[in-house]
Amino acid sequence: MAPPAQSQRSPSPSQPSGKSEVSDLKTQLRQLAGSRAQGVDDSKRELFKKVISYMTIGIDVSSLFGEMVMCSATSDIVLKKMCYLYVGNYAKVNPDLALLTINFLQRDCKDMDPMIRGLALRSLCSLRVPNLVEYLMGPLGSGLEDNNSYVRTVATIGVLKLYHISASTCVDTDFPATLKHLMLNDPDTQVVANCLSALQEIWSAEARTSEEASREREALISKPVIYYFLNRIKEFSEWGQCLVLELVGKYVPSDGNEIFDIMNLLEDRLHHANSAVVLATIKVFLQSTLSMTDVHQQVYERIKSPLLTLVSSGSPEQSYAVLSHLHLLVMRAPYVFSSDYKHFYCQYNEPSYVKKLKLEMLTAVANENNTYEIVTELCEYAANVDIPIARESIRAVGKIALQQYDVNAIVDRLLQFLEMEKDYVTAEALVLVKDLLRKYPQWSHDCIAVVGNISSKNVQEPKAKAALIWMLGEYSQDMQDAPYILESLVENWDEEHSAEVRLHLLTAVMKCFFKRPPETQKALGAALAAGLADFHQDVHDRALFYYRLLQYNVSVAEQVVNPPKQAVSVFADTQSSEIKDRIFDEFNSLSVVYQKPSYMFTDKEHRGPFEFSDELGSLSVGAESADNMVPVPRVEANDKDLLLSTSEKEETRGVSNNDTVYNAPSYDGSSPATAALQMQSLVISNPAVPGHTHQASLAIDDLLGLGVPAITSAPAPSPPTLKLNPKATLDPGTFQQKWRKLHIALSQEYALSPQGAAMLTTPQALLRHMQGDSIHCIASGGQSPNFKFFFFAQKVEEASNFLVECKINTSSGKVQMNIKADDQSTSQAFSALSQSALSKFGM
Amino acid sequence: MISQFFVLSQRGDNIVFRDYRGEVPKGSAEIFFRKVKFWKDDGQEEAPPVFHVDGVNYFHVKVVGLLFVATTRVNVSPSLILELLQRIARVIKDYIGVLNEDSLRKNFVLVYELLDDVIDFGYVQTTSTEVLKSYVFNEPIAVDAARFQALGPAAMFMQGTKRMPGTAVTKSVVANEPGGRRREEIFVDIIEKISITFSSSGYILTSEIDGTIQMKSYLTGNPEIRLALNEDLSIGKDGRSVYDYRSSSGSGIVILDDCNFHESVHLDSFEMDRTLSLVPPDGEFPVMNYRMTQEFKPPFRINTLIEEVGSSKAEVILKIRAEFPSSITANTIAIQMPLPKYTTRANFELEPGVVGQTTDFKESNKRLEWGLQKIVGGSEHTLRAKLTFSQESHGNITKESGPVSMTFTIPMYNASRLQVKYLQIAKKSSTYNPYRWVRYVTQANSYVARI
Repeated sequence: MAPPAQSQRSPSPSQPSGKSEVSDLKTQLRQLAGSRAQGVDDSKRELFKKVISYMTIGIDVSSLFGEMVMCSATSDIVLKKMCYLYVGNYAKVNPDLALLTINFLQRDCKDMDPMIRGLALRSLCSLRVPNLVEYLMGPLGSGLEDNNSYVRTVATIGVLKLYHISASTCVDTDFPATLKHLMLNDPDTQVVANCLSALQEIWSAEARTSEEASREREALISKPVIYYFLNRIKEFSEWGQCLVLELVGKYVPSDGNEIFDIMNLLEDRLHHANSAVVLATIKVFLQSTLSMTDVHQQVYERIKSPLLTLVSSGSPEQSYAVLSHLHLLVMRAPYVFSSDYKHFYCQYNEPSYVKKLKLEMLTAVANENNTYEIVTELCEYAANVDIPIARESIRAVGKIALQQYDVNAIVDRLLQFLEMEKDYVTAEALVLVKDLLRKYPQWSHDCIAVVGNISSKNVQEPKAKAALIWMLGEYSQDMQDAPYILESLVENWDEEHSAEVRLHLLTAVMKCFFKRPPETQKALGAALAAGLADFHQDVHDRALFYYRLLQYNVSVAEQVVNPPKQAVSVFADTQSSEIKDRIFDEFNSLSVVYQKPSYMFTDKEHRGPFEFSDELGSLSVGAESADNMVPVPRVEANDKDLLLSTSEKEETRGVSNNDTVYNAPSYDGSSPATAALQMQSLVISNPAVPGHTHQASLAIDDLLGLGVPAITSAPAPSPPTLKLNPKATLDPGTFQQKWRKLHIALSQEYALSPQGAAMLTTPQALLRHMQGDSIHCIASGGQSPNFKFFFFAQKVEEASNFLVECKINTSSGKVQMNIKADDQSTSQAFSALSQSALSKFGM
Repeated sequence: MISQFFVLSQRGDNIVFRDYRGEVPKGSAEIFFRKVKFWKDDGQEEAPPVFHVDGVNYFHVKVVGLLFVATTRVNVSPSLILELLQRIARVIKDYIGVLNEDSLRKNFVLVYELLDDVIDFGYVQTTSTEVLKSYVFNEPIAVDAARFQALGPAAMFMQGTKRMPGTAVTKSVVANEPGGRRREEIFVDIIEKISITFSSSGYILTSEIDGTIQMKSYLTGNPEIRLALNEDLSIGKDGRSVYDYRSSSGSGIVILDDCNFHESVHLDSFEMDRTLSLVPPDGEFPVMNYRMTQEFKPPFRINTLIEEVGSSKAEVILKIRAEFPSSITANTIAIQMPLPKYTTRANFELEPGVVGQTTDFKESNKRLEWGLQKIVGGSEHTLRAKLTFSQESHGNITKESGPVSMTFTIPMYNASRLQVKYLQIAKKSSTYNPYRWVRYVTQANSYVARI
């Protein structure tokens, strides 16, 4: 790196004002334009260089266009190239002057030297001026037939450039046909690769409006074409190989033998030093073996080592891209990587985006054999100088504990964190201990002993403070000082800035009150008073709610605040499996790095060749489903938030501190059932806001969980008018295809009635039942308590399909439904229908 | 497929800027630079190499302090673009000899010329230095290499972690020597990066060697080359844990976990006699990358002792022992150790009479730094630091300081014992005898001792 002093003197002026310099250049260029004096080319070179350096730093030198063109009559190739570069940059804003260049460019396209021909043709195609298109046709046509491969490579990309200037002109010529011919016959692989790139782009764009184009695009992944490319793959440059492999990844082999042939042929590509080649190969391997579980497994084993090598060689940036992919695979199949956990240890000098990935991987691969070592390692990071990573590490320890391997030892470690006396460590550890207690109430004794020693004055972070207060309330019978600590916290009510903490404080004081009334009475009074006076709506509402509840009936209040609790068995995952599968389908693309499917970060026309089949899908489904942002439940909150929000739901089941519920006028009625009905009508009257609907329906679930299962089967206020075809048919292939293409329209969770859960011992039981409601099963599986079904249904009057993925756990009574629909506007109604059908099961 | 390519200086100026498809709005370079510069408010976190703003995806790699950037709107393969950026940097370096801001500014027209043929309309055409030779007409303008070297001994490692000193570094592939003749020579560098973590008791927790055999050829006529590696070299440890130390130690066989090869390498006889044959393309490229977790002897042992002296004082004793032959000398050694937050002062005491050692206490991040210009094999060095605290330490000093980390470079040493036994150049003429340089160098990647 150059020292700053040196670059001060660098030849390019750092920021010239522009104006006077440009007019200076103009004069000088004029003088040189007609000159044939000795050494004039050298002076021109210097001037051209200046022009280009201005252009680079963003000074507008387009006013020199005329002079530059005048000076371009030269045989000096360096000058020519600079001139081409300039012209390419400014022709678009100077379409009239651009015409001036056509002449010399066309002449150069017929030069003896193939290099000049190529350069001129490239520049000619790069002008991007629509009304000059006619001048392009001749040179492009002869370029495609040139006997020099350099000119042909330029010409093939030239056709694509033409397409972008004027799509109709390009498609109406026979250029696309010529490209196809060259692609399958040209001896030069770069020409072939360029033809493939160009055709993919052209047909993908055209396929939106033309049946023929979509057939052409499909033809690119037909067996003969794929085999042609596979047989030549080693002749291609590494970049060309990536292109070919990407194409092969879209091909669906007809049988196992074909898959093995392709894999054997590509096997050695896994040893390539270019990570892009290796990842593209891996994509082919993974995608083609999806249906062959054993082989798929072997593929994971096979690609592990090459991936690890790529992660540790190359620049940090390259290694990050590979690591992101490894991360995806580890998350999908942690057991395959469980013995490689040491590769996921963080190095002190790694950037934090790498460390974060590694921490997640470490968490995922933890099992009974390696947990001890992984947790030991994570504990080292907890003392790290890098505070964000230290926090993540503690969270990782907590997650491993929640995965239930060797909890005993982990609890000890967590308790040690609490003793480390670092603020952020204590804060994170408190949150974790809270989550842990919700899953393993049996540890409360040991934890409480340690937590009791923590002075609430040392805990400042809202999340941590809320966790501590929750524990004080929940375990107030075991913590001697609990009422007094709570009391002192209530005294400092005004200094507590976080509403979340104040909400928790209210609930904790209530809980404590029912356990140790005489000691808490004073604190409770103070807390309710402070709460009622609170300016925060939620805090105020909760205080009022508690107040009236106590007024109404103390024992009901106790049931609401201190209900018997069940330990949480599984904490919700941040990403739906649907989204994860989509990301996996988009292996070797940005989706993996961003951890989002492409529709979340790109607009339709730019999704590129990866979305090949997807666009095809939307074409057949029809234009009305063109909305890109589908209402897939996106949970972007980080894990901590997620755990906490679950915790709140869990803790105040029925009372539900969800915002939506607070706004509903329910506290005076004290009848959750009415509230639920009100909520439900709210939901249905407002189907236009899918995100909101989802949230609200979750809230209903909460309320329903209170123990009013009758509500489930209660008819919705506005009965759905949807009629389903009792004799609907759909073949599995179509189902699969549709399932891949459609986005989730609705994703909901229901509770199965206990009778239903009892009856569901084999999948068949439910199938017959659902068929009675015209919801047909296409595939089912699983064993008690976990079952999975794929259902479909069709509207009576039209061939519009609904597809459903339904997961049922009979022990918890939970039903998870993901609904996809051709016509998304009716998915709400269909959901209601299927829900009511399901609720009748077992009745 | 990319939309734009540009190179930014450390201050964010465009050095070259090429828009291939005109799909990304103007100002992308500024948007990118602001984002990278202010990724997180606290400045603690670096921007990842790939991110997106308003539907535009930005890719960047850092090379000698310069930012090589590509943009696109399409959901492309991130590896492909990052490999491409790295490759463009390498091709440019092949042409202009030394890659830095100054040389890039001087040669920007040449760089545009290269970019014209490397990428067309966003699609990669070729990154082969050799193929590009026939399209590139600008003569590289040499920067003053002497001035560059005046930066001190560290300068030779400033070109990224994979370089080592020598003429190869600063010579363009296309430029002729004064006198019009090119010297026939070929460089083969075996570069190994070591990662080790020692437990507080000095036991090795994890260790890995990541190695590259790098080649740079200045031979005319593209002769075929044969590289012979250790005959007993074995690769892959299928079916058993890569961390199975006991089974592999002491036997003297070099066992690599895995390796990969450059496009040009033929492995026909590799299985038989561990020779690689290739026709080296022009310019610099990695012949082979390898990874090894087999146990090896660490070049340095680090010993840390912390003693409390009174209630608000402590003494740290750092000992470094070089466990390699005395014929070998390590250089540019730097040792760092985070100290407790409440440390206010550190007084250092070096061994009497030592030269070329520096010590520092970084107040801002409470870090002890110890630099040594050279360490001769077999020697041992000690640093004593007396610490003063602003509060009582409660006996927690060990928990709140460390780990000790170390960086170094050891020329002519490789920890894996992987060797290039011979380098054969297949050319008929008996008078043809080009220079062959086989060099080894070992560097610390992450060398950490917990306390």
